Amino acid sequence: MDYEPVIGLEVHIQLLTSSKLFCGCSTQFGAPPNSQTCAICLGLPGVLPVVNRRAVEYGMRLALATGCRILPECSFSRKNYFYPDLPKGYQITQYEKPLAKDGGLEICLDGGRKKRVRIERIQLEEDAGKSLHLEEGPTGGETFIDLNRCGIPLLEVVSYPDMRSPEEARIYLETLRQLVQWLEISDGDLEKGSFRCDVNVSLRPRGATKLGTRTEAKNLNSFKGVERTLRFEISRQHALLRSGKGVRQETLQWDARAQAALPARKKEEAYDYRYFPEPDLVHLQIGKKWIEQIRESLPELPSQRRERFMNQYGLRADDVRILVSTRQLADYYEGCLRLYNRPKIVANWIIRELLRELNQRRWGPEEFKVRPSDLVGLFRLIDQGVISERIAKEVFAQMVETGEKPKRIVEERGMVQVQDEREISSAIGEVLREEKENLAKYRAGKIGLFHYFVGQVMKKTRGKANPQLVNRVLKEKLGD
Amino acid sequence: MVNLEKMRVPIEEVEHIARLAKLQLTEQEKERYSVQLGQILEYMEQLSKLNLKDVPPTSHILPLKNVFREDVVKESLPQEEALRNAPQKEGGYFKVPKALG
Repeated sequence: MDYEPVIGLEVHIQLLTSSKLFCGCSTQFGAPPNSQTCAICLGLPGVLPVVNRRAVEYGMRLALATGCRILPECSFSRKNYFYPDLPKGYQITQYEKPLAKDGGLEICLDGGRKKRVRIERIQLEEDAGKSLHLEEGPTGGETFIDLNRCGIPLLEVVSYPDMRSPEEARIYLETLRQLVQWLEISDGDLEKGSFRCDVNVSLRPRGATKLGTRTEAKNLNSFKGVERTLRFEISRQHALLRSGKGVRQETLQWDARAQAALPARKKEEAYDYRYFPEPDLVHLQIGKKWIEQIRESLPELPSQRRERFMNQYGLRADDVRILVSTRQLADYYEGCLRLYNRPKIVANWIIRELLRELNQRRWGPEEFKVRPSDLVGLFRLIDQGVISERIAKEVFAQMVETGEKPKRIVEERGMVQVQDEREISSAIGEVLREEKENLAKYRAGKIGLFHYFVGQVMKKTRGKANPQLVNRVLKEKLGD
Repeated sequence: MVNLEKMRVPIEEVEHIARLAKLQLTEQEKERYSVQLGQILEYMEQLSKLNLKDVPPTSHILPLKNVFREDVVKESLPQEEALRNAPQKEGGYFKVPKALG
């Protein structure tokens, strides 16, 4: 029988607020352990949490950007469980009335096909602390707890089981991550744990509508990890179903040593979170006016911008996808166009040269110092014939490295294009003297060698000769 | 005299609740809580005898909505202070017996 995988994802996104969700402790990453805590996030008795307004607004941003309906009233609940990184013994989350419901995210699959993954709900909750497990020690292992992360605001985004392959899951995650970065509500940093994912997967006979028994893998923090775990789990479930054994509903964990998803250590008790309304937090009523305010503050979304770039600038879908990969890059592109309205030339430069220089250096946008006006300055030097396009690439590399203006680099390093016919003529004379054999071949009819001579002249002038001029003078000299 | 048997919470349920609350109960205690929990539930049962058709559910006891704080960082406790009540600590961390899962 042919089976199809059914995949749903729950993503936890750390928000970029300065302070925690219910107290004023800093959310700064990398501080010494337990240096960013207070009576509230330590869960000491008798304290009162108060909601961070910005965290709610960040949630509203994502809700609106994914077409979710923001509920007129939402509330918080306590999810009760014991774990050392959760000092209160419960997590404050949303249960009966989440912030928003029923939206979706359009993803672009390989080959250009588009698909909508529905979002079931978006809810606000607090993060737990961080545990560090040490295997050794006299007691057979110890756990170290840092509660700095405890109480940092998270958005949980729950998708419907709309994905049908590990690739689709990966693309959904990439798209969601791009969106939260675009909205500037999260850094989306996987390594810092700002973007974590739980996956649910089951198989069912292709065409069936009833869902099969699913398994879950929690806290995956890389896209590769998600794809790998899903691939493994799909083939494992396949084998079970083929051999007539059923799939058991359980939680799995990727085991690096075994290169397999193994059942997580069994809890002595199945989850029973005994949710109940959080009595210390009043309900939130989010009115139309507030929603409209947030809606107006939203930037143009990636999908809208991709569409516009294709229509307005006549760019190819592949190029647009690259230019709109981050908001900074898209803004940079349009910043250049405002000064130099030749969309295709600018797009090519950004995609080929700019990104190559950045990738080579493994730089992010914050390290890149070339301003749009400087890049445009470089284009103008090409247009004025001061430098050739080849030299321009060298100049650009210097600009990236030093942050200097193109004109200054060209002048200081003597990269100005040689326009002097006498100088070019003498370089050509030298080349033809050195290339006697090839010259004879050329005269004998191997005219393709013309380009070779041009190349040699360019080499001799270190790329500074004006190519058109070289062509003309060389033709004259060869008597064509 | 009320019928004790009728109000009892089954022992398995008492054990389940005790496990969730990380409590270890003796057999005697289980017996006792089985009856006491049953009595509490029975007491609450009275509510279902009332006619509450026109009473909206109370979602919160305070008639307040939208209490916010602005996103402003306040000073945290010093690390030593945060760790002061910890039975075990090391290198600025709380130290606990191995926990996995």
